[in-house]
Amino acid sequence: MSIKADLVIVGGGPAGMSAAVAAYDAGVRDIMILERDKSLGGILRQCIHNGFGLHRFKEELTGPEYAYRYEVQVRERNIPFKLNTMVLDITPDKVVTAMNSEDGLFTIEAKSIILAMGCRERPKGALNIAGNRPAGIFTAGTAQKFVNMDGYMPGKKVVILGSGDIGLIMARRMTLEGAEVKAVCELMPYSGGLARNIEQCLNDFGIPLMLSHTVVEIHGKDRVTGVTIAKVDERRRPIAETRQYIECDTLLLSVGLLPENELTKSANLSLDRITGGASVDQNRQTEIPGVYACGNVLHVHDLVDYVSEESEIAGRAAADFINGKTASGRDIDLVTDGKVRYTVPQKITADENVTVYFRVADVYRDIRIVVRDGDNVIINKKKQKVAPGEMETVTLTREMIENMSGNTLSFSIEA
Amino acid sequence: MYDIAIIGAGVVGGMIARTLAKYNISVVLLDKESDVAMGATKANSAIVHAGFDAKEGSLKARFNVRGSEMMEQVTRELGVKYNNNQSLVVGFEHERAEVEAIYERGLKNGVKGLRLLDKDELHTIEPNLNKDLTCALLAETGAIVCPYELCIAAVGNAMDNGAELMLDFEVSAIDKKDGTYVISAADGRKVETKYVINSAGVYSDKIAAMTGDADFTITPRRGEYMLLDKECGNFTQRTIFHTPTKMGKGILVSPTVDGNLLLGPTATDIEDKEDTSTTAEGFATIFAKASDNVANIPFNKVITSFCGLRATGSTGDFIIKERDGVITLGGIESPGLSSAPAIAEYVEDMLKDKGALTDVKADYVATRKPAHYFRELTMEQKNEIIAKDPAYGRIVCRCEGITEGEIVEAIKTNPGARDLDGVKRRTRSGMGRCQGGFCSPTVVELIAKECGVPFESVTKFGKGSIINYGKTKGDK
Repeated sequence: MSIKADLVIVGGGPAGMSAAVAAYDAGVRDIMILERDKSLGGILRQCIHNGFGLHRFKEELTGPEYAYRYEVQVRERNIPFKLNTMVLDITPDKVVTAMNSEDGLFTIEAKSIILAMGCRERPKGALNIAGNRPAGIFTAGTAQKFVNMDGYMPGKKVVILGSGDIGLIMARRMTLEGAEVKAVCELMPYSGGLARNIEQCLNDFGIPLMLSHTVVEIHGKDRVTGVTIAKVDERRRPIAETRQYIECDTLLLSVGLLPENELTKSANLSLDRITGGASVDQNRQTEIPGVYACGNVLHVHDLVDYVSEESEIAGRAAADFINGKTASGRDIDLVTDGKVRYTVPQKITADENVTVYFRVADVYRDIRIVVRDGDNVIINKKKQKVAPGEMETVTLTREMIENMSGNTLSFSIEA
Repeated sequence: MYDIAIIGAGVVGGMIARTLAKYNISVVLLDKESDVAMGATKANSAIVHAGFDAKEGSLKARFNVRGSEMMEQVTRELGVKYNNNQSLVVGFEHERAEVEAIYERGLKNGVKGLRLLDKDELHTIEPNLNKDLTCALLAETGAIVCPYELCIAAVGNAMDNGAELMLDFEVSAIDKKDGTYVISAADGRKVETKYVINSAGVYSDKIAAMTGDADFTITPRRGEYMLLDKECGNFTQRTIFHTPTKMGKGILVSPTVDGNLLLGPTATDIEDKEDTSTTAEGFATIFAKASDNVANIPFNKVITSFCGLRATGSTGDFIIKERDGVITLGGIESPGLSSAPAIAEYVEDMLKDKGALTDVKADYVATRKPAHYFRELTMEQKNEIIAKDPAYGRIVCRCEGITEGEIVEAIKTNPGARDLDGVKRRTRSGMGRCQGGFCSPTVVELIAKECGVPFESVTKFGKGSIINYGKTKGDK
């Protein structure tokens, strides 16, 4: 089977659905969403805790509820989607190869493509933890699927390595299901998770967060019987004298999320070294005209509300592209000082209001976020605290961009 | 009563079972683990050595050279991936004499296709090597193979031809009664047999002792490895060995048949025959020594690390002997994988000489369908299969692109997978960059369904390796 479509959206999670709705509302009708799972919603389906939608809907929704609001919008518009469909390849000239049970292997020639594949968790192997490889080591998300989707308990006595949001959420979830969560160890001197999750998922349940600690050895032949943890020095090397054994049957890992960009690479797009996603302009357009990326496949977000916001930008831009509307010819590079680790977008190609998302490299207090056009400071925003776990934004106005003298905007954190 | 019982379902036992299953005799393969290929076979360098390492005249040299010659045909028959990628022994200037000595030894061992390279040619054919390396030996017959894939295929082929497999069979005693042997398992099962073949790897000394042979001991030699993401699989084309030392062939850098890059092994003699833990020291050694050979290895692309135990025998050579109906295969460390087909051939000859093997089965089939055939098909061929069985259209493992149909097939094909790791070794589901994060709950579900067992009883690798402790509160 070989078909054509104006817009192919790879992924039917929050990013893909938001982009589809926005593109539809901007006039595109020939859309196809390809979703690998058995229903729309992506990872939100297993995120049954609340806290989603505070920005978008001004209320606290669970993950499935948030996803359902978008699924309803997709269905109301009769936007076509295929479930249980895995995209296997995307070529630079926008031919999408996918597979499912009904259609077999098939291709779609697309005018425009939106990449919305989400992210995956960093696995244990990448951490080089010494010891055995027994059962009982899971990423937090795998445990979340076992508990929330399958209804099974993957552990009773749990140690969590990494204080990413999914790990924090699972600390609470496992506790509520009767497990004993003994500790959350975080290699860094600060948590990578949201402050509200540390409060509501750890502090409220008396679960210790051990900063500057890591797991140095896993014990147990068949199933985990314990882990040895240790404090780390400033260079993140374990301090031998601080080694301590914790008896447990489960080690959950929440040590980072990685944008899932195999398909992006198959389209010959290069990836930003820091974000792990494609490089994009303010429309979330990649280096290939008509190919867009949004949501966690572009950079890992901490709130789904921002994923929706970003994906609507991509959806509207794809509609403009399909309808032959092209942007004006500015070409401004956004550069960072290292304390600001990255920005999305990485460049700006038109004179219009642009919200720039970014993350910082460390926890900084009483600082200013400074944006410069050459020596000219165009934004100078005071902040009490910025942290790697919380995404920051600044908005560049159309006037600021029109009035620029150079072609580079530099982002920095200053005292 | 069986004609032949083989103790140990690693690659040596598996190849022997496959070879003997050709004959009109009854063969049973016993293993203490819950799957085949669970010892040294699942964690080694995955190399078909050319045969220049072992001492001239040794059993290691003899079987390695012969096994290496046989390997291409064996893998073809069994549908196992094999890549004749060649190998290089590289050295710094001060190691030149040693590299030349290996070349001479290889010639004496009868290895074909050996050639000394000068510095320029070395760095031209392998541009990512450490630039300080000045000499090398190229072995054109060097190859790579996946050892557990080979073992699983060999056992599967043996079973297709009538051999039996008994798992979780931990041999506790071997007694001789009225001219036959009775092999007892820890759980009370008993197997009666005319001949016993001991291919028990690190336990081959213990099994030998049960038959009254205390002539040798096995000291497990720990070897740790690191595996890098598929994007690094082309970092070197050939298998890169450093000039060897007394403790083994040093840390090698090699692509795998599945397209990853493998680094290792370390070499530490230990007492515990079960201790396959990895160590921080091991990681450090691999980082340092691999970098001696290859420059700028992307160590941040490590997706997993593991450890295997080589069965290092007290004689320094393979220990292969027959006494009173017991064939002992001890000390089958490297080049054991390369030698396995030749060892099987030798055992076949031994048993023929004793008159134990006479007529070949009329319906004997030498070949097995490749485990990975589906992914090699064209779009049209795949669509034909999907039309018949929609499970082949459902991808379960995203990273490796493995379908539900392939996973079900791995559970249903001899020797059927019974646990998560068993499915992983047969299909590669869970072996990709996410290391099973997404697919393992679905694979557990498929095993439960296909084997007709409860979800929570599906294990990672048998015995106590439980994955789930039962239902959540709301689901009880």
